[in-house]
Amino acid sequence: MQHSAANGRIKVAILGSGNIGTDLMYKLLKEPGSMELALVAGIDPQSEGLERARSLGIPASTESIHAVLADPEIRIVFDATSAKAHMRHARLLREAGKIAIDLTPAARGPYVVPPVNLGAHLDQVNVNLITCGGQATIPLVYAVSRVTPVRYAEMVSTVASASAGPGTRQNIDEFTYTTARGLEALGGAREGKAIIILNPASPPIMMRNTVYVVPEGDFDFQQVAASVEQMVSDVQRYVPGYLLKNPPVVEMRETPWGRSAVIVMLLEVRGAGDYLPTYAGNLDIMTAAARRVGELFAAHLLSSKEAVA
Amino acid sequence: MKTLRLTDTTLRDGSHAMRHQFTRQQVRSIAQALDRAGVPVIEVTHGDGLGGASLQYGFSHTPELELIAEARSVCERARIAALLLPGIGTRKELKAAAERGVQVIRIATQCTEADISEQHFGLTKELGLEAVGFLMMAHMRPPEVLAEQARLMESYGADCVYIVDSAGALLPDGAYARVKALKEALTIQVGFHAHNNLGLAIGNTLAALEAGVDQIDGSLRGLGAGAGNAATEVIAAVLDKMGQNPGLNVFALMDAAEYIVAPIAPYQPLPDRDALTIGYAGVYSTFLLHARRAGELYHLDPRSILVELGRRQAVAGQEDWILDVALDLARRSQDKPVPQT
Repeated sequence: MQHSAANGRIKVAILGSGNIGTDLMYKLLKEPGSMELALVAGIDPQSEGLERARSLGIPASTESIHAVLADPEIRIVFDATSAKAHMRHARLLREAGKIAIDLTPAARGPYVVPPVNLGAHLDQVNVNLITCGGQATIPLVYAVSRVTPVRYAEMVSTVASASAGPGTRQNIDEFTYTTARGLEALGGAREGKAIIILNPASPPIMMRNTVYVVPEGDFDFQQVAASVEQMVSDVQRYVPGYLLKNPPVVEMRETPWGRSAVIVMLLEVRGAGDYLPTYAGNLDIMTAAARRVGELFAAHLLSSKEAVA
Repeated sequence: MKTLRLTDTTLRDGSHAMRHQFTRQQVRSIAQALDRAGVPVIEVTHGDGLGGASLQYGFSHTPELELIAEARSVCERARIAALLLPGIGTRKELKAAAERGVQVIRIATQCTEADISEQHFGLTKELGLEAVGFLMMAHMRPPEVLAEQARLMESYGADCVYIVDSAGALLPDGAYARVKALKEALTIQVGFHAHNNLGLAIGNTLAALEAGVDQIDGSLRGLGAGAGNAATEVIAAVLDKMGQNPGLNVFALMDAAEYIVAPIAPYQPLPDRDALTIGYAGVYSTFLLHARRAGELYHLDPRSILVELGRRQAVAGQEDWILDVALDLARRSQDKPVPQT
């Protein structure tokens, strides 16, 4: 029991030892908070992520979900596999009474973007982090929709080819579906659209996102700009490299709703460089959000345990 | 002797020049004329492919699925093709296009990113449709890299893979070497799609032919992004003079170009200053109108925007970087000390 809540921490596991899982591992080791990383589980014996875990003294397994299910002390599981795999994992983890924080676009549980609705789903057993592009752009759409109604929001995410792993590549449609739904459900847009582009430039480009917002009608630009500025600083608290390259720009464009003002926001996300280089801001924002959500669940479990005692 | 197959893309690549404002009537008359002139495949889609209608690329006047249905309804022999860029369009739009009568899906990726297209090739074949791969911005990588990427598409089920000179930046020897590399690496057909930014659309198409290409693209009057494509009517006349006419009616295509397309084209695409810069800088041909617009808004020479996009290695679909570059350049020019008078 030396790894149980006795030391004031909740045992957590990472499922998936690819880019995302490995980056998250480094974040959890750097800033464990209320969590103790008890296991990294993958499937590939050649996995660099598993090798790194072992070398850092973290138990690692190639038994994937089975290794996670075999340890009853693990209470929270970060799933960084694929949308398809998570469909299966979601049920198994629920049956085992473990909380799933889903980093795939499977979207079995409600969406969470920390500065928008963190803490709203602490009673859930499965929450979904949408996509990296969703984590980057939904805060900006929400920043507009909380001050003026949004008819339509569109995001274009450009990521360095080197930062897009096989999961992203084989599930690119799921990225666009899930991100678009996230722009609507959490961003507050009546309609959302998502586009992703992989750029193979050498040296690799920083993750870039462009957000277009069509407000329902007249709006107060100063109010929008202030709300966006506030949101950027809120995200920067857990993703220091979250940077709006310009104040929001307003352009007149032809839209299906007539000629309309469009708010354009150009965002760059520089990663913390925990595992992959800083250009992989897309991975950084995802794992930073996962750590923040995991910490909240872990703290919640600890406090409810105390309440019961 | 095998027959060269021509796909006309007036109603897809031409959609860029039309700012995606094609009407049902225009699509019907163009598709009917192409069909009657013996063009075997007609591509109809938003310029940026299925699902391309957006703020990023421009919204469509008429939903593309309706335009596809219109084209299908007037064609007696020609098959209808639709373009899909994974990351923009999805399997949802692919299925919807198949329901409207599309028989050929052309799946386009940046020439280094073929492995994002597996889902889409899979569904295309599952639906019993012909699947064509597009390796875009092919000037950015050498022949052997393109051959590797083309092999991936072949393994996903492609019936043909195209070398796509999206930037109109290839010279004839580059076009030849790329087509040749694919011919040697693949067991399926190989295609070539040209842009005329350096005035080489027909020349490069002929170089591809020399290298053994099986499929080529054209558009009436060259209506397409940048300086446009190889003109369908010119291809027909040239092939005919070479004794390799695959069944195209040269005069009927000239008439379609002259009397149907020319009157509705907002301008004649040609290697003018800005389009030539696109070929010279090696950037995506569709940046043309967007860069001109940004140049007007921010008082910049569109060439400076295009060259900077080339320096940043922007790829297909990155229209949003145009605003980014324009703002950076505008800021830089403001930072310059104002000369004292």
